Amino acid sequence: MYRYDAFDHRITAERVAQFRDQVRRRLSGELSEDEFRILRLQNGLYMQIHAYMLRIAVPYGLVSAAQMRMFAHIARKYDRGYGHFTTRQNIQFNWLKLQDAPDALADLASVEMHANQTSGNCIRNITSDEFAGVARDEIADPRPYAEILRQWSTFHPEFAYLPRKFKFAITGAVNDRAAIAVHDIGLQVVKNAQGEVGFRVLVGGGLGRTPIIGVEICDFVSWQHIITYVESIVRVYNEYGRRDNIYKARIKILVKALGIEEFKRQVEEDWQFTKDGPCTITQAELDRVSAYFVAPAYAQLSDMATASDHPAFNRWCERNVKPHKVPGYVSVVLSLKRTGIAPGDATAEQMDAAAELAERFSFGELRITHMQNLVLADVKQSDLPDLWEAARKLGMATANIGLLTDMICCPGGDFCTLANARSIPLAKAIAECFDDLDFQHDIGDIEINISGCINACGHHHVGHIGILGVDKDGEEWYQIQLGGAQGNEARLGKVIGRSFSFEQMPEVIARLLQVYVRERYDDERFIDTVRRLGIDPFKAEVYGTPIEAEEELRGPGYGLVGDVTPYATPYYSPRF
Amino acid sequence: MIIKNKTVVNDDWYVLRLGENDTPETVQVPTGKIIVPLQVWQAQRDTLQARAQLGVWLGSAERAEDLQHDLGRFAVIAVDFPKFADGRGYSIAYHLRVRLGYQGELRAIGDVLRDQMFYMQRAGFDAFAPRADKDIHEALKGLSDFSVTYQASADEAQPLFRRVSRRGQP
Ligand code: SF4
Repeated sequence: MYRYDAFDHRITAERVAQFRDQVRRRLSGELSEDEFRILRLQNGLYMQIHAYMLRIAVPYGLVSAAQMRMFAHIARKYDRGYGHFTTRQNIQFNWLKLQDAPDALADLASVEMHANQTSGNCIRNITSDEFAGVARDEIADPRPYAEILRQWSTFHPEFAYLPRKFKFAITGAVNDRAAIAVHDIGLQVVKNAQGEVGFRVLVGGGLGRTPIIGVEICDFVSWQHIITYVESIVRVYNEYGRRDNIYKARIKILVKALGIEEFKRQVEEDWQFTKDGPCTITQAELDRVSAYFVAPAYAQLSDMATASDHPAFNRWCERNVKPHKVPGYVSVVLSLKRTGIAPGDATAEQMDAAAELAERFSFGELRITHMQNLVLADVKQSDLPDLWEAARKLGMATANIGLLTDMICCPGGDFCTLANARSIPLAKAIAECFDDLDFQHDIGDIEINISGCINACGHHHVGHIGILGVDKDGEEWYQIQLGGAQGNEARLGKVIGRSFSFEQMPEVIARLLQVYVRERYDDERFIDTVRRLGIDPFKAEVYGTPIEAEEELRGPGYGLVGDVTPYATPYYSPRF
Repeated sequence: MIIKNKTVVNDDWYVLRLGENDTPETVQVPTGKIIVPLQVWQAQRDTLQARAQLGVWLGSAERAEDLQHDLGRFAVIAVDFPKFADGRGYSIAYHLRVRLGYQGELRAIGDVLRDQMFYMQRAGFDAFAPRADKDIHEALKGLSDFSVTYQASADEAQPLFRRVSRRGQP
């Protein structure tokens, strides 16, 4: 993976020093909350319900064992012993004190990590394919480009105060696992007729209040020009994106308003000034960065059968083990979706243990997935039984990848000041209801995505079943969308009708599944049945008869986070 | 006082802002060293261009290109930041410096604060009028927050990878 040189270290250290001074000035009252808020956001610090939340950048989802141990250290030293992996491949800690944040950032810098631009109206951490570099369907490894773009976007002087946040995703594979169509800019590696590497560039995708699938602005930008090209996109956005209405400020609104043709014309007009100029990426720079992503020292192996006489192991292999481009190797997904825990959460002990597994089985590296799981990318097939045993002991071997309980879930009402409804307890209630693995395997591939509000951090629009927390007269309700998808066939789900209470939700999911089980052809996936039939039969089933509330879901296990002692902080800002 | 070329200096320019009842055509431009709004320059250029010393300022929704043919006429061009979180002024400065080749004084006015000044400097500003309630000597420190930068901008035509040798071994 990429390693910092002296320049990267210096920039990171100077950033920590800058923020340390800003925190000092905030604490002394020199900076008002209004002035400070934007500065802390650009250093990853949100004010949540109970405390500050620190969101640490994991560039393109890749971490070393040492970095994972640092997360464990942060969890223990500054937090409450756990962290939350997010849909943008980052990690968040929920219980920070402002005074501690500079020290936490300094600790992170010691392992070449930071929280730069993980929030605020700037270019956010760039996400990518969790199987980059090892996937069989890869055209070219996207990570060197992601790193080059990370450096370009870090403290870009023109783009720290954009109209709104700005997210990039990049994939190098035929099958898009980075959800590039729902990002402000989505980049897909392609090769032209001459075999040269370039990017298909999508722009204006995004979820939230106005979900839109990104549109192609250019079918091929050769790699040398990608910095200048995206810089022109962001510049036009900075100049013309709306600033009068926060809900209309994302680039998607500008692209819609101008039309893609006119937007493209403006971008390319700007680009004429920089194309072929000094910001053109040099072969030497690409080579330098690419050298950090060369394949590890794989053994010469051939593929082997992994099936054993242990059904649970076989099932785990079927769901959690993914193909690898090198014979004899596979990638393994460590599930963070065990029933009963918040999806994407890991304890400090699990983080330390995952780091050890990475060292033992996968060249000391891990990836964080946008589905909020961990990946060991380079595992020998012959090591699978040992890895399975070890992961089982850690509670990270649930054989549910891609299944019903592998839900995406935002922090929701338990942590987030914007939430209309609880997300984590709902995920828990649903997982408990459908915990049976035989049932889950029978249902097969399905994605349930939960967002606690319209901001869509839980990507509900692109869930096969999307659940959105809505507010009705101050009460929490849940709206269901059906038929969304991510990846190459990305599309937005359709709302099926009026919303439900928390206690009705497991039954609602059960009814949706009943229609599927009744109507599916042999191997048809849930999403394909939905596409074939449309939403009507599902609607009919769900709304056909009244749904009783499940009383036990009113029990204490589903309340907001227990043990809440909010910090008495004078720096509270309820909205960000 | 303002910050200019990284030092605190006295300043005798007056920034003219239109009052509620003023129009660009009719507002009285006082004599002396005045920085007028772009619209006033456009409306009154016939009289204003006779002045020996004149400055102009752009609002964040205005375009650097509107000054394209007049750049040499001004002793100072300013860009207004109505709120420090409004980032359009950075691109305006970049255009003035890099695209239009403006080399005179480029001054940030309005909601100008220490913690944005490093970026402002990179985008092309060489003069800063920090908000009146802030200590200007403290603000000056903001210009030296970083000693290295990754990307090219108005202050530096080359990105880091062309400026230095980064041949650290993986
Ligand atoms: S979707 Fe809404 S409730 Fe959930 S984390 Fe995002 S802002 Fe908070």
